[in-house]
Amino acid sequence: MNRQYDIAGRQNKIALGTHRLVSYIVLIILACICLFPFIYLAVYTTRSHSAIQQSFSLIPGNYFIKNLISVVSDPTRNILRGMFNSLIITVFATALSVYFAGFTAYGIHVYDFHGKKTAYTFILLIMMVPTQVSALGFVDMIYNWGLMSTFWPLIIPAIAAPAIMFFMKQYMEASLPLEIVEAARIDGCNEFMIFNRIITPILKPAFAVQAIFAFVANWNNYFLPQLILDKPETQTLPVLIQQLRAADYSQFDMGKLYMFIALSILPVVIVYLILSKFIIRGVTLGAVKG
Amino acid sequence: MAVNARSGAITYSGSGSSVVARPHRHKSISYEKWGYFFIAPFFIVYAVASLYPLIMTFIYGFFERYQVLGQDMHNEFIGLDNFRQLFSSPDVARFAGNTFIIWVVGFIPQIFISLILASWFTDLRLKLHATGFFKVVIYLPNVIMAAAMSFLFWALFGDTGPINQMIAERTGSIFQFMVSIPATRLIISGINFLMWFGNTSIMLMAAINGIDTSLYEAASIDGANSSQTFWRITMPLIRPILLYVIVTSLIGGLQMFDIPNIMTRGAGGTDRTSMTLVMYLNNFLSGTRDYGMAGALSIILFVVGGVLSLIVFYGMRDKDAVKADKQKRKLIRDRKRGI
Repeated sequence: MNRQYDIAGRQNKIALGTHRLVSYIVLIILACICLFPFIYLAVYTTRSHSAIQQSFSLIPGNYFIKNLISVVSDPTRNILRGMFNSLIITVFATALSVYFAGFTAYGIHVYDFHGKKTAYTFILLIMMVPTQVSALGFVDMIYNWGLMSTFWPLIIPAIAAPAIMFFMKQYMEASLPLEIVEAARIDGCNEFMIFNRIITPILKPAFAVQAIFAFVANWNNYFLPQLILDKPETQTLPVLIQQLRAADYSQFDMGKLYMFIALSILPVVIVYLILSKFIIRGVTLGAVKG
Repeated sequence: MAVNARSGAITYSGSGSSVVARPHRHKSISYEKWGYFFIAPFFIVYAVASLYPLIMTFIYGFFERYQVLGQDMHNEFIGLDNFRQLFSSPDVARFAGNTFIIWVVGFIPQIFISLILASWFTDLRLKLHATGFFKVVIYLPNVIMAAAMSFLFWALFGDTGPINQMIAERTGSIFQFMVSIPATRLIISGINFLMWFGNTSIMLMAAINGIDTSLYEAASIDGANSSQTFWRITMPLIRPILLYVIVTSLIGGLQMFDIPNIMTRGAGGTDRTSMTLVMYLNNFLSGTRDYGMAGALSIILFVVGGVLSLIVFYGMRDKDAVKADKQKRKLIRDRKRGI
């Protein structure tokens, strides 16, 4: 009897061991697939155009500085200008969307005004309306207002960010007791000041998580910028990448192209590597209920 | 409540409100109007930047109007003619088909691998190490600019790219990935897969972690093996989140634009076989702006997207809350009837 159990136990252990081995192998393969594009990109930023044209290799060359200089000093597709434009739009749009998402969520969470439920349901309903379906009217409006090739149409609409608002509302339900608001009233704060001075510090963790995601989304945004930003000096990085692809690449220095791509994803990669823990924890927040 | 309200009244007098002057008429200070102040910016901006453009887009869908070099060429109401024109040409159906094929070819491996990874990462007996590292790596492609990913893969698979250099070394000729229909589509699907399987895995992991572990303990005492616990316990319990993942991915697929547009230079590849619906819309929006066709196409996209969103909205509602709501409504109905 005992021996039979022993054999069964051993078989179980072997099965578990193989299962574990298979899992690790699959995970390592998937990790390699995910990392390969970045390793490839990193290596190719260090190779010269002629070396790139000759053969495939993952051994770094010594052209990194030269490629960097030729990208930065190119006046036709000015990457520094593009980075500056991307940064301005991203920073302002992110700050506005996060602050006003908290602002709106606070209004709905704290006050029992008439039509509150309707307002909340409305925000939930518009959450999944894609931006593309109103793009025609939006671009037309921006054109008529003479705001083409300006940053306003890409910054101001960020005030109405339904998904972030939904997340902030959920966060408040879990961690914002109404007693705090009442206590602040007793201490003589007006409602606007209560939000700015007392509530925003409490919401800091939620603001941080949403700001990371909004930053990434705005930095990578391509559809609306390519419709609105006509003038080269106003264009963001994704729009410049589109133009690189549209141009006749046979005349390009490939090392320079790879460097351009690497520089345009670098800020997000750095943010991700520093904050990956929070980002991965934040993926499921606001999306999944119970 | 009364105490709070009164103290509120005292402090509130500072801002010059007339409320304190007539305390006998108000039982309590009403702060509730402040709610409008707080939601106003959101709703004003939404109305101007999204709702008004949306309505205008819908109206344009019923007009014949297009611009050449910024000049209106034509502007008249034509009823449903734009829709007739869209549906009578094979284009919309073809591009919807392209979008769906590219989405589904990326999504099937995505959901399959995500389910496997999620079940491994959460398996109590398997106890994998370095899960944190793997999570960081598989989620990485999701934060990268789709335009950059697309460009990078074009560089990789292009006629003079590294893949073709290796093919040329072996066979002496190159394979034109950007001309081959299945190859172009497969590369786009592949990028979609690469960018989203990490995200889906993490979502499903959270769903599985939310399941009561005592269920798994009970199952293992009863002698259930891994695949039995997976199919009999995990799958039924994560069904709502699985639905959420599938439908939100489908909505995302409907909006597919960045990757195929960069990859095919907005042309949709050979014979426009990788042209998606939003790329088609984008062609009406840029260059010769065709308001009528763009409007009609937007309405179609809105309806399809709306139906999909409603599935999520109703599928994801908290079941207990829905039940409580129903009971409450029934109670009110009964009371009205005088029962």
